[in-house]
This record gives sequence, structure tokens and C-alpha cells, in this order.
Amino acid sequence: MSKSYQQLGTEGLWSNNPALVQLLGLCPLLAVSTSAVNALGLGLATIMVLSASNLCVSLVRHQVTETIRLPAFVLLIASFVTCAELLLQAYAYPLYLRIGIFIPLIVTNCTILGRAVSFASRNPVLPAFVDGIMMGLGFALVLLILGILREFFASGIIFANMELLLPFAENWEIRILPQYRGFLLAILPPGAFLFMGFLLALKNWIDNKMTVKQHNDEADILIRNTATK
Amino acid sequence: MSLSKRVKLRKNHQALSTSQIMLQVILACIPGIVALTVFFGWGTLINIIWLGLLALAFEALMLSLRQRQVIFYLKDYSALLTAVLLGICIPSTSPWWLGVIGIGFAIVIAKHLYGGLGQNLFNPAMVAYVVLLVAFPVEMTDWVVPRGSGTSPPDLLVSLQAFFSGDATGIDAYTGASAMDLFRNERGGMTITEFWQQNPAFGLLGGLGWEWVNLGFLFGGLWLLYKGIISWHIPFSMLAVMVLLAALFYDNGSSLSGGSPMMHLFSAGTMLGAFFIATDPVTAATTPRGKLIYGALIGITVYVIRVWGAYPDGIAFAVLLGNFAAPFIDYYTKLSVTQNEK
Repeated sequence: MSKSYQQLGTEGLWSNNPALVQLLGLCPLLAVSTSAVNALGLGLATIMVLSASNLCVSLVRHQVTETIRLPAFVLLIASFVTCAELLLQAYAYPLYLRIGIFIPLIVTNCTILGRAVSFASRNPVLPAFVDGIMMGLGFALVLLILGILREFFASGIIFANMELLLPFAENWEIRILPQYRGFLLAILPPGAFLFMGFLLALKNWIDNKMTVKQHNDEADILIRNTATK
Repeated sequence: MSLSKRVKLRKNHQALSTSQIMLQVILACIPGIVALTVFFGWGTLINIIWLGLLALAFEALMLSLRQRQVIFYLKDYSALLTAVLLGICIPSTSPWWLGVIGIGFAIVIAKHLYGGLGQNLFNPAMVAYVVLLVAFPVEMTDWVVPRGSGTSPPDLLVSLQAFFSGDATGIDAYTGASAMDLFRNERGGMTITEFWQQNPAFGLLGGLGWEWVNLGFLFGGLWLLYKGIISWHIPFSMLAVMVLLAALFYDNGSSLSGGSPMMHLFSAGTMLGAFFIATDPVTAATTPRGKLIYGALIGITVYVIRVWGAYPDGIAFAVLLGNFAAPFIDYYTKLSVTQNEK
């Protein structure tokens, strides 16, 4: 009954991606993706919280009864969010000042409670943990792509100020368009919706192409089989 | 309404195709465009030609991507009308790339991604204008000082240089804050009469030069009304509400005044907005009562943005907000099948 790890990976990263398919956690996704470093910070925090909460929810799944499961899970998630917030304050304080209010808001990210209720509370510890990592990774990747795109279109630069999160990344800033005037709209709220819309369209387009190709392949096989008979 | 009159109206409706309506609206813009060219130089004409070409190119591209008949839909002139309206709205000193981004947004995103002509929720020209205003505030508020205030507008050569060079250094000598800019920034310090006396940017009725531009669009708008292409509801309620609010807050011209009704009617984009933009049949409310509410909503928003907002003019924002509300207004003002039209 349980899914293979490969299946969990494809679901988290592509076919059931929390940001692109389930469209969960859009508030932090749209608000924080103004630059690559902000996006990466929130992405890492989300991966950490999601995998840890999935692990613990799975551990206590036989003890927590149906009636009290929501408060219990939220309490667990909130503890890990507090941990993430303290860690960020300790190791990347300047970044904390930039995305600070969105870290506590991870508690309300529907992806995390959703995975806890629909997957972790019904599966053994290891699959639940892997699911948490994969779902978190899927969310973080979309966040990072959105962050890079918006940063690039707004300023012509990518990976600016990466040292706020990674101390060794001081020279990561790449100026792709030196004479670029800057398209301010990209880092304003409408830019977030526009770029998110384009990412969704791109994913659906790729999915459509793949389904069509699959159908064609199946038809080919069918024709070959009937021909050999 | 008598039966014979209604039959006649029906006939008129059938007689006018989309392309004829669009063409008439474009023609009705001419008096306003002439006034703009006289007072602010050749820039507006360059804008309109450039945007028109780009609009047709983007429209053809999107139509072929969406696998529609390219020539058939190009001939409805709707893309051209969007280009003309946007060309009128953006400053006459705009560099070429501003037009590319603006009309690209209008045609590709605001029009075709929503499903093409008739399906777009928002007025494409106004979406483009707001995108440009938010993304390039410096370029979008750089207006040429109008003819008659001591300087003459840039000649064709200077206008072309500004258009091709892509930066405003050559044209800087000709630009300055527009009347509505001044009014917003320096209000509170002097009475309205002092304003008028001390600033050459103010003219007889409203902003210098702008009054003639507005009269031009008023004339074109009245012609559209006479031809039955637009109905009186939206312009009337929008302008009436603006006059009413302006009269309420006029305060007899004290330093805290919101400006005279005359100034609001004949400055910036009032007449263009009332007759040409708010009346867009696709994005406006459609029932008679709905149109009155829709126009009033836009009028209120324009006045509020002008007097208490952060931008010198609010036509574009007001029209987009009106577009948001139009389906809702229609839903609550639609006539039931048993009710007769008034």
C-alpha cells in the first residue's frame, strides 16, 4: 500500500508539487520570492520544518486520537517553526531582518498541515520523513526559480547578497545585463502573480506535451503489435 | 421607447460591425491628438505610429500562436485603437522601448491571455499604462512644458532623437512638472488664485494646453454620442460626480481647496477617460443603471486619487477598479426578462 521512495520524489518535485499543483502556501511564496537569497532562506526553513514535522507526526500517529489531531499537529509544527526562527536569528540575522515576519507564518502554510494530516499520520516514519523532504524541496525549488526570475527581471542581477545566508557566497553575484534599466514591476506584488502564472502555464504545457507523446507512443506500440500478428 | 424607434436602433446596431465602431472611435480621437501635437510637439504622433505598428505585429503574432485567422481579426482595428489610446496617454517624450513594453503588455497579457477581444476583463490600454507608470515612474511623469508658457515644444528632430536615444537627456530642457503634478505637490501653501498667477503651467480653464486637449476629446466624444457609438450614461455620471465632488471640496479656492470643478474637468485625462476609455464596451458595465453606477464609481475614484492620492492623475487606476466591479454591478442591475427596457 505504501508508495515507493521514487514515487514520493516525483510527486513532491513534479506531479503533486505543493506550489505548482496543489497551489498551497502561496502567501509566503508570492511575498518572499523577490530575490534568490530571500527565496532560498524561506525554502530551507520550510524544508526543515516540513521534514521534521512529518517525522514527529508519524512517530506519534498511534498515540494522537482523531479528535485532537489538529491542535496536536499544529503544536508540533509550531515548535519546529520556532526552532527555524531561532536558528535563522542565530546564524543569518541580516536575512532574518529581511524575511523575518514570514518565518513564523510557516505555521500557517497549508502544505505542512496538509502533509501531516494526509500523509504523515497514516504512514511509517521513514516514508513520512522522505515525503516531507521531497514536498519541501518541491516548494523550495519553485520559490527559488521565482526568486531568481524576479530578481533578474527587476535588476539584471542574480544571486545578490547571497552572503546573508551562506557566509562563503560573497562573490556569487552575477550581473547578467550591465546596462539594464530595471523592470520594477517584477519585484512588486503584481510581478509575483504574473511570474507564478507563467510558471504554472509552463508546467501545464510540459505536462500536455508529455501526455500527447505518451499517447503517441502507446498508439505506435498498438500498431506494431497488430502488424506483427 | 416606441416600437418603430427601437426597430430603427436594432437596425443601426446590426449595421455597425466591430471594425466600423473601432474606426469611428479612432477618428474621433483626431481633434484631441491635434491639440496634443500643437501644445506638446511631435512626440504624440511618433508614439501613435510606433505603437500602432507594434500593436499590429503583436496582434498578428498572438493570433497565429492561438491559431486564429490573422487577417480577419487584424481588420477589426481593435489592436489599433488600443495603440492609439496608449499613445495618447504616455508622455510625448517616451523612448521607443517604453512603447514595446507597454503595447506588449496590452496585447499579449491584458488581451490575448484573457481570451482575446470581447473576453478581456480589463481595458488593455489602461493595464499597459498602469504597468508602465508603476515600473518606470521617471519616464512616465516627464511631460513637455506646453507651448505658450515661455518655451516652445521640441521640434521634430529633437522628438525623434528622444525617441531613438532611449534616454531623456536631450529632451530634459523641454520637460517640467505638469499642472496636476504641481497642484498635488504644492497644494496647501497657497490659494487657488495664487496658484494660477504664479505658475505658467496653468491656463484658462485647467492645465495650460491640457484644456484644449480636453476640449478636443470632448468634441470627439460628443460626436461618438451623436453617432450612437457610445451611450450617454457613463460619461455623464462620471463627469457629474467629479463636478459634484469638486464643488463640495472647492472651499472657495482656499489653500486647502481640492481645486475648482473647471480645473478637474479640463485637466489631465478627464475627457479622454470619460468618453473614450471608460466607455469601452467590453470592460464596462452593460445595463443602463449599471453604467450610471460604473461611471460614478470611476468619477469618485479619479477625484479621490487626484486630491488625496499619491499620483497626479487617477483615470487609469479608476478605470481598472471600475473594470473589477463591472461584472458585480451588472449582476445586481440586470433586467429580468419580464421587465421592459426603459
